[in-house]
Amino acid sequence: MQTQTTPITRTVDARGSYCPGPLMELIRSIREGQVGDVIAVWSSDAGSKLDIPKWIEKAGHRLIGIETREGYDEILVEKLR
Amino acid sequence: MEQNLALVLFSGTDDKLNAAAVMTAGAAAIGRPVHIFLQYWALDSFRADRIADDHGLAPEAGDAGRRAVDALAAAGQAPWHETLRQAKELGEVDIQACSLSMDLLQITESDLDPLVDGVEGVTSFWLAASDGQVVFI
Repeated sequence: MQTQTTPITRTVDARGSYCPGPLMELIRSIREGQVGDVIAVWSSDAGSKLDIPKWIEKAGHRLIGIETREGYDEILVEKLR
Repeated sequence: MEQNLALVLFSGTDDKLNAAAVMTAGAAAIGRPVHIFLQYWALDSFRADRIADDHGLAPEAGDAGRRAVDALAAAGQAPWHETLRQAKELGEVDIQACSLSMDLLQITESDLDPLVDGVEGVTSFWLAASDGQVVFI
């Protein structure tokens, strides 16, 4: 699995945060990071699982993958710009 | 450049202010500038000494709605003013108090939470709204 071999630069634990909290935490983390960083967002919010990939596309980053864990999703994003 | 969005907040109950805060955060996340105009009871809820108080819910919430809102808050949903604070960090969000509503409530800018950027009249609001969409809550 690609998501298990991708080195993660930073993990944003947004579990327990509601829409649009996880996305806001991801944006903050992406702004603080460098191009090429891989950020893992942990989110237990169902809406964020739908919204975050759309935001990634619009913002010009790369969605590496979404893994469903126990009680939350792990969304992997590569900062491209 | 994303099209700007103007929100007129009239209602001061926590459910409507939360809906407005979420709308603002989403727009800020995709780079849409948001201009918020605070009138009447919404402005009252932005008083520095009351912003964290319970501002009630819209009448249609009823008892079941009250319980649902309380349960989400207990589960960790950020209060609306915190969501707005984060939205301001994230993007271009300008919050202005309606000068007429300031007169109505007999308050000055120093009575308002720092979330509020200034006071303006309705003409300034329309100039800021320009040709963008306007939402009234």
